[in-house]
Amino acid sequence: MARITASVYTSHVPAIGAALDLGKHTEPYWQPVFQGYDFSKQWMKDNQPDVIFLVFNDHATAFSLEMIPTFAIGTAAAFQPADEGWGPRPVPKVIGHPELASHIAQSVIQDDFDLTIVNKMDVDHGLTVPLSLMCGQQDPVKGAWPCPVIPFAVNVVQYPVPSGRRCWNLGRAIRKAVESFDDNLNVHIWGTGGMSHQLQGARAGLINKEWDNRFLDRLIADPADLAQLPHIDYVREAGSEGIELVMWLIARGAMGDKPPKVAHRFYHVPASNTAVGHLILENT
Amino acid sequence: MALDKPYLDIPGTTIFDAEQGRKGYHLNQFCMSLMKAANRERFKANERAYLDEWPMTEEQKQGVLTRDLNRCIAAGGNIYFLAKIGATLGKSFQQMAGSMTGMSEEEYRDMMIKGGRSVEGNRYKGEHGSAQPQNQPQGSGKGTL
Repeated sequence: MARITASVYTSHVPAIGAALDLGKHTEPYWQPVFQGYDFSKQWMKDNQPDVIFLVFNDHATAFSLEMIPTFAIGTAAAFQPADEGWGPRPVPKVIGHPELASHIAQSVIQDDFDLTIVNKMDVDHGLTVPLSLMCGQQDPVKGAWPCPVIPFAVNVVQYPVPSGRRCWNLGRAIRKAVESFDDNLNVHIWGTGGMSHQLQGARAGLINKEWDNRFLDRLIADPADLAQLPHIDYVREAGSEGIELVMWLIARGAMGDKPPKVAHRFYHVPASNTAVGHLILENT
Repeated sequence: MALDKPYLDIPGTTIFDAEQGRKGYHLNQFCMSLMKAANRERFKANERAYLDEWPMTEEQKQGVLTRDLNRCIAAGGNIYFLAKIGATLGKSFQQMAGSMTGMSEEEYRDMMIKGGRSVEGNRYKGEHGSAQPQNQPQGSGKGTL
């Protein structure tokens, strides 16, 4: 059977992608950010999964205001990097895993989560920046990501977004779905976005280190209780775009019931407007 | 019964809810159109003519033409959609976010390098933090992109 062996959590700041793509990653401003992922790139090589289930949010790229699915699972064979307004990022296309994705859709929908099934979708920085951070830079044509990726998009753009509790329970349903897949696959689940940031209005630039680090502590040790946190606490304490952190609870909910091993923890301010948080948790 | 909107008491913050989404529909869809290179070129060649192809309000069009992102957001815009205007003009998310604070690009960048804006005094309207109405503008910026 397939198994989820580890989860990865990381911010997906677009400027990180731009810094890599424009060769600015060795500049003093960016060095501390990328150093936080040196361990992670080696860890990916040492613990290469067969499939990555990647929870992210679309930033008005594949989904405009025409359609706003709360949860959308990518079941296509491949996904192209999107043109978000400055041309597509020079990264390889993302190869999907249609069999596992369709299996998860069938199982999770029957567990009462209304997923939107997406067979055509370009993927934006929310998905490609975490891949770049964890897998290093890849040539857009000759290179490739190390394994297939199932994109799972969550609406965190138009309020109301799904609650932390719902995300947590969805993670549990995803775990059950993965474990009922017959092939012997090693699956990693990634939760991306956050941490504290606000990109709008007079309060733009909000960062809350204390709150972020408490969130990391609780995500590791006390996630079921953390999942009860209401939206307003995220917005008030971690900024209007800090609400992206509910997506981390999907990945955490998909982990086993025993306390995980903390393989890596990193936190840095700033990357552009945002506090960068990063965790790698292994099932024990 | 009115919907529960507990987020209305946060200073300097507009939550993009269904009401804002309805108000800003055409503004945001105009922004989406800028994801195609050919449309970006047409927009840059004649902004007013391009905007006039969309059933946007005059206030929304003026928000775009004057590069006033706070005005765009008040008219129903959402930052992830408005970011397509920034991308078209070669502006980063940091430049866009900073423009809404009244700080110059350098002032905003320095604030972020020093750890960002503190949440103290900025949780509720009526407190005394930097994002409160009585403390605007926050710097020597133009307030536009």
